[in-house]
Amino acid sequence: MSRRIVVDPITRIEGHLRVDVVIDDNNTITDAYASGTLFRGIETILKGRDPRDAGFMTQRICGVCTYSHYKAGIEAVENALGIIPPYNAQLVRSLMGIALFMHDHVVHFYHLHGLDWCDITQALAADPRKASDLAFRYADFPVATGADELTAVQARVKTFVDKGHLGPFANAYWGHSTYRFTPEQNLIVLSHYLKALEVQRLAAQMMAVFGAKQPHPQSLTVGGVTCIMDLESPKRLGEFLTRFEQTADFIKRAYYADVKMAAEAYGSEDSVLQGCNIRNFMASSQYPISRTESLFDSGYILDGDLSRVYDIDDEHITEEATHAWYQNNEPLHPYEGKTQPNYTGFQDGDTVNGPAKILDGQGKYSWVKAPRYNGKPMEVGPLAQMLVSYGRGNPRVQKLVNNFLSETGLPVEALFTTLGRTAGRMLQTMLMVEGGHEAFGNLVENLKVDRETCAAYSIDNNREYRGSFSGDVPRGALSHWVTIKNGVIDHYQCVVPSTWNASPRDAQGQPGPYEAALVGTTVADPTQPLEIIRTIHSFDPCLACAIHVMDVEGNCLAEYRVDPQTGQTS
Amino acid sequence: MVRSRDAQSDSKSQYYENLKSQAQQRLEQLRAASPVKEGPSLLQRLEGNGVSRRDFMKWAAAMAAALSLPVTFRREVAQAAELLDRIPVIYLHLAECTGCSESLLRSDSPTLDTLIFDYISLEYHETLMAASGWQSEEILETSMEQHKGNYILMVEGAVPMAAGGTYLTIGPHAHTGEYILRKAADGAAAVIAVGACATYGGIQAARPNPTNARRISRVVNKAVINIAGCPPSEANIIGTILHYVLFGTLPALDSFGRPRWAYNMRVHDMCERRGRFDAGEFVQRFGDDGARRGYCLYRVGCKGPFTFNNCAIERFNQHTSWPIQAGHGCIGCSEPDFWDTMAPYEEPRKNHLYAGVFGGMGADATADKIGIGLLTATAVGIGAHAIYSITQGNFRNPSLDDKKSVVPSQESTDQSTETESQPK
Ligand code: SF4
Ligand code: SF4
Repeated sequence: MSRRIVVDPITRIEGHLRVDVVIDDNNTITDAYASGTLFRGIETILKGRDPRDAGFMTQRICGVCTYSHYKAGIEAVENALGIIPPYNAQLVRSLMGIALFMHDHVVHFYHLHGLDWCDITQALAADPRKASDLAFRYADFPVATGADELTAVQARVKTFVDKGHLGPFANAYWGHSTYRFTPEQNLIVLSHYLKALEVQRLAAQMMAVFGAKQPHPQSLTVGGVTCIMDLESPKRLGEFLTRFEQTADFIKRAYYADVKMAAEAYGSEDSVLQGCNIRNFMASSQYPISRTESLFDSGYILDGDLSRVYDIDDEHITEEATHAWYQNNEPLHPYEGKTQPNYTGFQDGDTVNGPAKILDGQGKYSWVKAPRYNGKPMEVGPLAQMLVSYGRGNPRVQKLVNNFLSETGLPVEALFTTLGRTAGRMLQTMLMVEGGHEAFGNLVENLKVDRETCAAYSIDNNREYRGSFSGDVPRGALSHWVTIKNGVIDHYQCVVPSTWNASPRDAQGQPGPYEAALVGTTVADPTQPLEIIRTIHSFDPCLACAIHVMDVEGNCLAEYRVDPQTGQTS
Repeated sequence: MVRSRDAQSDSKSQYYENLKSQAQQRLEQLRAASPVKEGPSLLQRLEGNGVSRRDFMKWAAAMAAALSLPVTFRREVAQAAELLDRIPVIYLHLAECTGCSESLLRSDSPTLDTLIFDYISLEYHETLMAASGWQSEEILETSMEQHKGNYILMVEGAVPMAAGGTYLTIGPHAHTGEYILRKAADGAAAVIAVGACATYGGIQAARPNPTNARRISRVVNKAVINIAGCPPSEANIIGTILHYVLFGTLPALDSFGRPRWAYNMRVHDMCERRGRFDAGEFVQRFGDDGARRGYCLYRVGCKGPFTFNNCAIERFNQHTSWPIQAGHGCIGCSEPDFWDTMAPYEEPRKNHLYAGVFGGMGADATADKIGIGLLTATAVGIGAHAIYSITQGNFRNPSLDDKKSVVPSQESTDQSTETESQPK
């Protein structure tokens, strides 16, 4: 007899997400439904505005990868107007992007995803001296060392667990049977969890040096960047570099080591060695670090076949709403896309935790539409980027991935799992560290001979412009599409990473990546679905992004396509 | 620093005497209340984390200053911080981008995140809490019950009201955001709106407001403290909580519900480029020589003259920077409906004057009046210095010698800056 598990809210993510799954008698997931439960409508609001404002408004799509939509909004308009920003500006933008990745991925791994791997209550049983010794197994110079320091961490957490109120740590799935770290390993990760709170502050400062603030930086403008005084100040450059080094140090000595440790500890845990039933991956290029090199590649792969990377052709993108809360079910090319709401709500149902509202899997059940490439669902994100770059023969990525696989003894196949997705994100962060060094060096050299930071341009009100941005951001492939008429925005559309990943089923019944990832997983205790949370978190969901695109007025807001030339930064 | 206005009328010392005894009474009260958490004292725990008593007192002095209190209040501020963990906080996310939570995560020196994680009892916060689904729902229910009348409710995000509120549902029972907010506000001792979305509706409430998103003060039947900004600085979020702990009452608010201690100064008056403004030295286009020299950004759209916030003093990310330091104008993000009233962000605001005191949203607005008084003087300055931009209108970062590339302003662009709610 099948039973249903409802997880709502999925916490430790951005936005509002629900997952309903159906389990059989063995507690194995046979069906899964993902639903975005908020919608906002930002493109409608952009219509009629000054094109130079687009970046500021799209930035508010997400305050977590706060810089992604800002840069995308600015660069889509630049692309429309035919502006090439000066080299200095390109490098500064890359450096801010790199700062974002370093910040965002560290916060994701430790503060959002970390508690899926690390049982903090178990850390109390650890022997701090043993833990300190153990740390050397995963890093030459570990961050969490010294029995004293680890004892202090333990003491600090004891106050939560023993006596009082657990605050934000209350009522979690502590003690769950799929937690695999030893007490010592838990203590190591826990001490990094606390340390990462400091590190993320530094990483945010790194962006703020050139960006004014983080979240929501404010130093990009159509044509270039405005932070010229900071760029011409050795003190400010030094501040950036110091923050960069401090963050990079933590990434290399803690983040890398902890994922290696997780790979070892969880190498026999079935529920994390699944989680990838859609083996189609798509990625976009971005982040120039020199005049000739960008950090990311673009393309897509099918069925996990790394030997062939295909070029993206935007003609093959469709969206449909068979199972989304909109009218017009048939798959439409985004050019013809329609967005008329048709909210059908939830059904009353029974779950393992008792009666609740449940998703109508036969009908409509999400505010997220179903984008498809050539009729196929696609996974996007750091793992997709690493796989596509790897398949493209990107030497930096090949080296990083091969090293990691040989150090952990994992086969390539292990990448196509929940664990692999988490490792892919860490490897991408390592790539940012490497690229960031070079970009910074190139910027300092170039500033000696070139002071340009902002291109001249004008907008002809009698002309119509059309342009786009596409590139990978922390959660995967992102593109923005803009049409300008009479000097104001006529159409605006964003295609965001989480729409691909959180997609509901289509008319063929093909599930989206979140949904497919869950099917086949066996949960140890249906009332404590840690396995579900862990797999969903490995995607790093960002639901405000996924659902911002909808327009309740039912207008077709914009042409909506993916650039065939995703090899270019917009 | 800015002094409380009442202090100027009262005998100043008498005023602060009274305030102090008020604070002490409040602290007594809190001390008597049973703590939510037990365990080692704040100081012991801070010391365990490498924060000395001296550092802590320094922080308390800085925080007292930020709250517009004399430095003699540092002891009370320190005590308030020590008592923080007795106050449960429930933090809701409605229609928003989570930027405000991210801002909170960056909290200020020394180790304010330590304070947040260890010393407030943060009962419910979707982005940070370990529990999910039914388990998190249970926490929300029980803490609302258990701490009824005592918890601080913090809300990030606007309330979508269209379609019966169904554009946002949360939890296994799929309650609407509106339902959850009303219920949580009922039992709250204080309601704090964090950020532009909760305070004034934010980006989703910008024209044409497709989801009928509302500010929370229009949904709950309680006084709401508005911590404006998109996002507000971490200092303003933490400072507001501290103020409540110190005095047990809402802080003095301006006509838009913002705590006066943080929002009674105009960005323009505290701006490091103000001398340039007064001297008539303006950045003409981004990337020009004036930009390299730090000239005033008014002509490239700075909304500092119309914006009340303390960013010029507090800055962001532990005082690392703020928009004007990074060479971009202020976009006015702490003002109501700034998405409609302050756009376009890279054009001077032309004929608009700050509407503060006439907005009709509250009676007591002395801080605004002061601002208006200053603005009148400033408006003359703007008129004199920036006449070029007003007549020229359009501003597209042209190259300086290429006059032809400057295209005259379009009606359509101007119209998009008009607003019905803006009194003339
Ligand atoms: S106020 Fe701004 S930063 Fe805060 S949630 Fe809303 S859009 Fe994001
Ligand atoms: S207009 Fe802006 S940049 Fe100029 S002085 Fe005022 S606040 Fe500063």
